[in-house]
Amino acid sequence: MSSETKQILTTDGIPLEVSLKKAEKKNKIKAFLLVAPLLFFLIITYVFPIGDMLFRSVDDKMVTQMLPKTFKAMENWDGQELPDEEVFAAFHEDFIKLVEDKREGKLSTQLNYTKNGFKSIIKKLRRKSKSFEEGNYKEQIMSVHKRWADVEYWRAIQRRAPEFTGQKYLKGMDMYVNEEGKIVSVEEDRRIHRVLWLRTLEIAFFVTVFCFLMAYPIAHLLATLPMKYSNLLMICVLLPFWTSLLVRTASWMILLQQQGIVNDFFVGIGLVADDNRPEMMYNKTGSYVAMTQILLPFMVLPLYSVMKTISPSLMRAGKSLGGTPFVAFWKVYFPLTIPGIGAGCLLVFILAIGYYITPALVGGASGTLISNQIAFHMKSTLDWSFASAMGLMLLSGVLVIYWLYNKIVGIDNIKLG
Amino acid sequence: MASKKDFVKFDKVDKSYDGKVLVVKDLQLDIAEGEFITMLGPSGSGKTTCLMMLAGFETPTNGEIYLDGKAISSIPPHKRGIGMVFQNYALFPHMTVYENLAFPLRVRKIPKDEADKKIDKALSMVSLQGFAARMPGQLSGGQQQRVAVARSLVFDPQLVLMDEPLGALDKNLRESMQYEIKHIHESIGVTVVYVTHDQSEALTMSNRIAVFNDGKVQQLSSPDELYEKPVNSFVAEFIGENNTFGGEVSDISGGKCKVKLANAEILANPISVKGKGERTTVSLRPERALINPSTKMDNLHKGKIEEVIYHGDHTRVRINLLGNPEFILKVPNSSSNLDIKLGNEINIGWNSDDARALDPK
Repeated sequence: MSSETKQILTTDGIPLEVSLKKAEKKNKIKAFLLVAPLLFFLIITYVFPIGDMLFRSVDDKMVTQMLPKTFKAMENWDGQELPDEEVFAAFHEDFIKLVEDKREGKLSTQLNYTKNGFKSIIKKLRRKSKSFEEGNYKEQIMSVHKRWADVEYWRAIQRRAPEFTGQKYLKGMDMYVNEEGKIVSVEEDRRIHRVLWLRTLEIAFFVTVFCFLMAYPIAHLLATLPMKYSNLLMICVLLPFWTSLLVRTASWMILLQQQGIVNDFFVGIGLVADDNRPEMMYNKTGSYVAMTQILLPFMVLPLYSVMKTISPSLMRAGKSLGGTPFVAFWKVYFPLTIPGIGAGCLLVFILAIGYYITPALVGGASGTLISNQIAFHMKSTLDWSFASAMGLMLLSGVLVIYWLYNKIVGIDNIKLG
Repeated sequence: MASKKDFVKFDKVDKSYDGKVLVVKDLQLDIAEGEFITMLGPSGSGKTTCLMMLAGFETPTNGEIYLDGKAISSIPPHKRGIGMVFQNYALFPHMTVYENLAFPLRVRKIPKDEADKKIDKALSMVSLQGFAARMPGQLSGGQQQRVAVARSLVFDPQLVLMDEPLGALDKNLRESMQYEIKHIHESIGVTVVYVTHDQSEALTMSNRIAVFNDGKVQQLSSPDELYEKPVNSFVAEFIGENNTFGGEVSDISGGKCKVKLANAEILANPISVKGKGERTTVSLRPERALINPSTKMDNLHKGKIEEVIYHGDHTRVRINLLGNPEFILKVPNSSSNLDIKLGNEINIGWNSDDARALDPK
């Protein structure tokens, strides 16, 4: 369709397109103004922080800015032998400046992330550097500690030269760039993150399965019971939902602890001996039980909303056509609930994968998840860039699951209510 | 066809949902093999409950239902082998038309090539060949309805139940579907129990009609008998249009009775009145009363025209007659020049045979 040959005009002779745009312009502006506050809010509270997080996780400018001259001098260094006097002199100049600003501590922390052993030799260098004479800094620095004469440590400094780095991501997978610049795994006994990732996936998976197994019959009851009972049941499902997460977790602590109600009950009915009470808290069991209970409504509600729309006459039709109740359920009812199952499982799995408070309180050492590790780095080690990197890895994991779900089930099949 | 008179038998069936109110009271009903029987009644009259008991989704509180001589109360629905068409079709929305029809055959483990033949046959019966691969959502209401009928027949049941299957269709489609279902019934000779609240549907399709009200069968008879000879005033009111006069029997003799109205007396056919002094409702079909009758009629009265409504093929005239301002007359649209004008006084006559003196309302 060429607009030049057949331009449609309005009765007043204005091109139709122009006229239409003019007529709709006002409405468009109004519509935009209505959504503008939300858009603004989203940008400030969501897009901007995530962008910042992404930036932080790869940002390595700090060391680059602390040792500008050193890195400039190192440009000509091949990294095989110890660097020459020029590099040492530049490093000394940078270092003196850092000491004046009292920032050498930060440098030692940062360099220590790259290679252990920097903390003590930088402290020593600071003490000794006060009595340094001018010239021949290579000799003087190397005499402070034998590690300063070790080429490995200088290579470690050189590795911090780029402004951006992906090493935090590697660290999150228990990997690092070794001296030869290859990506390798850390020693077996120091791999803590992979275990956490796997455990997070495992717990999220099983919590989803448990939630599904428990929620399906509940949702079915909710959808089929007469109104006066189903309302009551709905309140029972939602009541915990309205209670503070912390309160609910705390109540699980009361129930599950070794001298707690559940254990007392088991001892009371003679299931376990009094001196052999099982530990149901501060381990995976605690995380499973508490998270399943807390996430249950997220499974019940989408299932319920889907089941509500399935006409009871469909099951009747299945039976009247000769299907046993099981066949009627499996061939007719169950396939129709798949959109709800998908929505519920996706919701619970994604929430479980990032769960933090509950595993922190009842999970103990063997029940903590990756998010607890992220929190640990945010609050305790203050390695925000590492926390950001892991946070982004978690986020991309969720996006991958979402993408997979879309491929397999189709996101437009989802029904949240 | 060597047909059984009591292929389906309801024997003293009572049904109550809450233990307080009987929804179905002492139902006694025999359905012959190959018959098309309709349960007709207003909503809440117990007709659907009867159907559900027959299908096996409700259990009788008392009494027994027999299918082909066997008591079926303890047989679960899926073993009864009864085809059913539901109010909203109840097609499985996640299956194609073919899969919907294959469902009853698959659960009966019928081999695929035989099943395919049956499905083809069933689809051609409802003239839906070529629709096998469609999903129910892609079909129009009428087509879905026909798929539902085909599905209920595809496994050759002896009995098919239909629960207001045409209720969701528009008027024209409903009428054409009525004929279609009637023809299918005639061609394959299956027994059909049909539930509806639409009397014209019932009159068009059925061999016999059971009129339900208040949990009881009020009358069970053929459509013409039901219309011409209602046995009580509920049936007379429910089926077709009806003019009524309420009064008291003043004399009864020789198959005729005199009924005294407020300020007149009419002659009527005593159906459910036995003696003098009884209260009664006299029922008269509008088309049985004539204006200025040429032949001799034993009821002849004067009335004033209150309203004239033009209906094309006929004209409805509302007349104030013998103290009944709602007396309706149907005047066929013919060339005869009747003086039907608002406010005119006219002579109206009818035979006492057509005025049935029934129970008082």
